[in-house]
Amino acid sequence: MALDPVDAVVIGAGAGGGVIAKELACAGMRVVLLERGRWITAWDDHKDDLRNQRTSVLGAPFGPDDERNPRVAVDRRGRELVVLPSDGAYSNNAACVGSGTVSYGAMAWRYMAQDFRMKSIYGCPPGSTLDDWPITYDDLEPFYEKAEWEMGVSGDVAPDPFHAPRRRGLPMPALPPNREYEILKPAALRKGWHPFDIPMLRNSVPYNGRGPCMRCRWCVGFACEVNAKNGTQNTVIPTAMATGLCELRTDAMAREIVLDARGHATAVTYFDAGSHLQTQPARLVVVSAGAIETARLLLNSKSRLHPNGLGNRYDWVGRNLQGHAYPRAVGLFDHDTYDDVGPGASIAICDFNHGNPGLRGGAMLANEFIRLPIQFTGMTPPDTPRWGHEHKDYMRQFYRRSIAVMGPVQEMPVFEARAELDPRVKDFWGIPVARLSGGRHPHSVEVARAVVVKAAEWLQEAGAIRTWTNVPGLDLSGGQHQAGTCRMGNDPRSSVVDRNCRIHEADNIYLADASVHVTNGGFNPALTILANAYRVAAAIVKERRA
Amino acid sequence: MRKPSRRSFLAGAVLGTAGCRRDTGARLALTGEEARTLDAICDRLIPADQDPGAAATGAVVFIDRQLAGPYARYRRAYREGLARAAALSRKMFGKPLNELTGDRRLAVVTRLERDARPFFEMVLAHTMQGFYGSPRHGGNRDYASWRMLRVPASPVRGRILYDLRQGKES
Repeated sequence: MALDPVDAVVIGAGAGGGVIAKELACAGMRVVLLERGRWITAWDDHKDDLRNQRTSVLGAPFGPDDERNPRVAVDRRGRELVVLPSDGAYSNNAACVGSGTVSYGAMAWRYMAQDFRMKSIYGCPPGSTLDDWPITYDDLEPFYEKAEWEMGVSGDVAPDPFHAPRRRGLPMPALPPNREYEILKPAALRKGWHPFDIPMLRNSVPYNGRGPCMRCRWCVGFACEVNAKNGTQNTVIPTAMATGLCELRTDAMAREIVLDARGHATAVTYFDAGSHLQTQPARLVVVSAGAIETARLLLNSKSRLHPNGLGNRYDWVGRNLQGHAYPRAVGLFDHDTYDDVGPGASIAICDFNHGNPGLRGGAMLANEFIRLPIQFTGMTPPDTPRWGHEHKDYMRQFYRRSIAVMGPVQEMPVFEARAELDPRVKDFWGIPVARLSGGRHPHSVEVARAVVVKAAEWLQEAGAIRTWTNVPGLDLSGGQHQAGTCRMGNDPRSSVVDRNCRIHEADNIYLADASVHVTNGGFNPALTILANAYRVAAAIVKERRA
Repeated sequence: MRKPSRRSFLAGAVLGTAGCRRDTGARLALTGEEARTLDAICDRLIPADQDPGAAATGAVVFIDRQLAGPYARYRRAYREGLARAAALSRKMFGKPLNELTGDRRLAVVTRLERDARPFFEMVLAHTMQGFYGSPRHGGNRDYASWRMLRVPASPVRGRILYDLRQGKES
């Protein structure tokens, strides 16, 4: 039996969906927000270093659960593996109210103006589908500002000469420096670089009625005990619900977007908490399930006008799956660098995001978030044994005397890097699961190799007695920064949604997550997802009023 | 597989505590002999020196408990790998692994690293998790590794210094 019709169904209560739900509800629309996960708080994850979104060996506590949500991963040699959310190859983000914004490190980057025009600036390398965004930085700028002020961002980007123009500063000052900051900042200045305080969706002072960060080291990968980390779960979603017009349904697994004969969405079917199939009629559907699950849902929504999946007439849904190539340099010191002051990551440079000779794009470089001991066990120099007396001695000597600098390298999109439907494996509800295959573009690895040299130089200048680097290979990218699978574009033959993120050839279905990113910047993508969702919501509201 | 309920998890925790002396008693997933072989491997992966090693701080308790939970899918690999390790030990030195001296154990473990790579890598990863991870899962007893690394042992560190009054609405 169908439920009462609403103005909009939003699928996925993460970064994009939370913002959309709030904006539509505040504009007077009746909204149902579907989330396959549940509410998660710090009290549910118990600060468990083996069971969190960064080290999920004993499970991914922010969802989805291992028991009901397999995927298939195909490695570059063609071997197929059924993988679980707690496996690395699954490319998990999260499934809970707030999704990745509950457990993220909360870096709040605006992409640079160049990041929206990668093809025009650099040209497309062979084997890539590199393109410009159909919008510019200027189109997004007011919405970046809105996200920063509504949700709350601390930091100080003024010393960064590379950022695009901004009309307004950040609402909160940076957190006081930690020891790594004190070590790295003068070193960067001596190199002639431009270090500054990382913008973070984290309260440094009381904001929005919640207190500041308590500087614990259990931050990235965990929920915040004092609610100082700003995600959609403690900002826009409560605001949406307070309007009385937004109903959040958790444990709701979307199956399909239902279209009528004219290709107009009429409803969303989903399995409720009791695994009963429900049909929610709506005038409008917004999908914000994350790059992989959004593509999966579209591909699972087959109809007469969309026999190969919704919006997939030209076979672009699920293509160009990307995340970031993350190279890392580690430095060992002859003095303590560890001060146990979270969140750890504190200082960044954008000197190498663009303008690297002969290369396309680059990455922001920052010190890493605090590493828990289990994470440090794999951070050994190439000639240190991985086990036995020497490894243990290395741990004892250097756990507190190390700094890692890393950066998210903007990737060259690859058409064959993709999420499609697996022909055999189905999830608990009988829905075909995502099948991930393909790999990274070699140029992305080349850029990673170049910028990591700068990271190592930074550490050497800071007095490291030993440095080494790790550069990711050609394996498929994705993970928590997953993006690109339903790219935005003006040409329906080479994109899935238009500049307002409406699916080409489907007049009432929008996407609002990183799936629409044409490229993914040399930065953590959260703030861009949030800002773009504000922009998409504004377009929806404007259209509705017209 | 269902997630263990809080009650069954606590029951497991109690069992694990009871069984975490280096005894020969049956475990949740491993036989006594398997547990002894595994203990001898863990002992070489993270040996005792001036600080306790993996074996004495419950690495086998950790692995056994996970094999009865989230690592149930690795049970077969452990069964086969530990049988292979035991056979290798007998072939090389005529005795079970746990009855060998440290040097001879090391020779067997080194051979496993070369000849039984997937099994070795699995045990290495799980031993590291047991020793360097939270004690709540059965390893790293008394925060042995965290003491060694000189990091505060309480996961709620941070709250001590936090002025909760700052969080009040003004």
